[in-house]
Amino acid sequence: MKTGIYPGCSLNGSARDYNESVFALAEAFGLKLEQVADWNCCGATAAHNLNKDLSLALPARILSLAEQNGMDEIIVPCAACYNRLTVTQNELKRDPELKNRISEVIEMSYNGTSQIINVIEWIDKYIIPELEGKVIKPFDRKVACYYGCLLVRPYKVLGYDRPEDPQSMDIVMSKIGATPVYYPFKTECCGAGFSMSRTDIVANLSGKIIEDAESRSAEAIIVACPMCHSNLDMRRDDINKYWNKKFEIPVIFITQAVGLALGLSAEKVGLKRHFVDVNVG
Amino acid sequence: MNVFSFYVFSPVLNKKKTNMSHTETLTENSSLAHSLEKHVDVLSRKCYQCGKCSAGCPVADEMDLTPSMVMRLLQTESPVNDEKLLRSHSIWLCLTCEMCLCRCPMEIDIPNVMDFLRQKSIKEKKVNPEAKNIIAFHKSFLNSIRLTGRLFEFGLTLDYKRRSMALMQDVLLAPRMITRGKLHFIPEIIKGRAHVARIFKKTK
Repeated sequence: MKTGIYPGCSLNGSARDYNESVFALAEAFGLKLEQVADWNCCGATAAHNLNKDLSLALPARILSLAEQNGMDEIIVPCAACYNRLTVTQNELKRDPELKNRISEVIEMSYNGTSQIINVIEWIDKYIIPELEGKVIKPFDRKVACYYGCLLVRPYKVLGYDRPEDPQSMDIVMSKIGATPVYYPFKTECCGAGFSMSRTDIVANLSGKIIEDAESRSAEAIIVACPMCHSNLDMRRDDINKYWNKKFEIPVIFITQAVGLALGLSAEKVGLKRHFVDVNVG
Repeated sequence: MNVFSFYVFSPVLNKKKTNMSHTETLTENSSLAHSLEKHVDVLSRKCYQCGKCSAGCPVADEMDLTPSMVMRLLQTESPVNDEKLLRSHSIWLCLTCEMCLCRCPMEIDIPNVMDFLRQKSIKEKKVNPEAKNIIAFHKSFLNSIRLTGRLFEFGLTLDYKRRSMALMQDVLLAPRMITRGKLHFIPEIIKGRAHVARIFKKTK
């Protein structure tokens, strides 16, 4: 069984912290993660908004490369990439004509044999069973688990957890000692790709997500998506300005939370790169 | 025929998709509802206006046409309303969060409708002027991938500023990103860069 990783562009740039924490966990549990060789961008929202064929061809190239690399499964930590790759795999499986056309476009054979898993599935599969006795610093906090849209919808395609009120992240957090709060904003949209083009919408929507978490006495918002993280963390000044409030709740990737519980340092899991300070004491 | 028998018979009503490329489907000259049915397997007439999509849409209050209104206008199959849809701001405000599809009792794939309308709107040069910056961002994003194979965030920002003329935006954010090691000034160029450029050319 060979497990590869498709990090995606964010994890090499503005979400380095997420990348560092994924690899820190892999190292802590002796898990090998080989990158899909010479991967390209999945096209994200821009491609499927402007050009459907392109939005399928870009992920198809990545999936074909993973097949060439002999990867039985690929972990895709970015929820947006996870979504685009899974949607592509599903569309090409459903429509053989389309599959042939896209294969021609990418000039590669495509079989759709690599299984795509998100970061929570990876933790569930490889880390949770080995966790016993390793949690030396339980994450003893009230947390709001924020899944966002792309991890759970469309349900018929992703088939992962419930599209509203999902539980998988809450369960992982409980296992490392945290107390997840009741949180109706779990799968509300943060404003996603409008970060630059309509910052006002992002500030409004992300502010609602933060306000609700704070009102329920959560001490941290836990995320598994670099776009959600950048909107809730990096855009915090814009959010505070829009809402005329001073929200202080930190936003932590689930991999960082697990890493901290294992006793890994704040630097090791990339916490020093956040905009909103995280008090790990 | 009531809505429930529609639901039961909908697989029969779904016509087999033709083997047209996406560009061909976008230039076809028929009602939007008909094109959607033929090419994206979406039957807009299944909508019975319950309004759950608009109630759950995070950007409904910003929209000129809410998702349920979009569905209603499609049902009329009138050229005037089709034109209104293609020129709407709404189709660009849709974030594809998929909440509408998730809650639709008839499981109508509204996000797919939005993708189709956006692409047709671009092809026919009917883009709503208010959506200028949203489209500028998407174009800058794709441009970056076409050039290097991966997204170059700094390059994207500069290109977006050039297109949108939002020159002063986020100038205070950049230094803070730099001190946190989150902004790179040199793009990562993949070996298959020409390959990716060819993919762009072939799907144009």
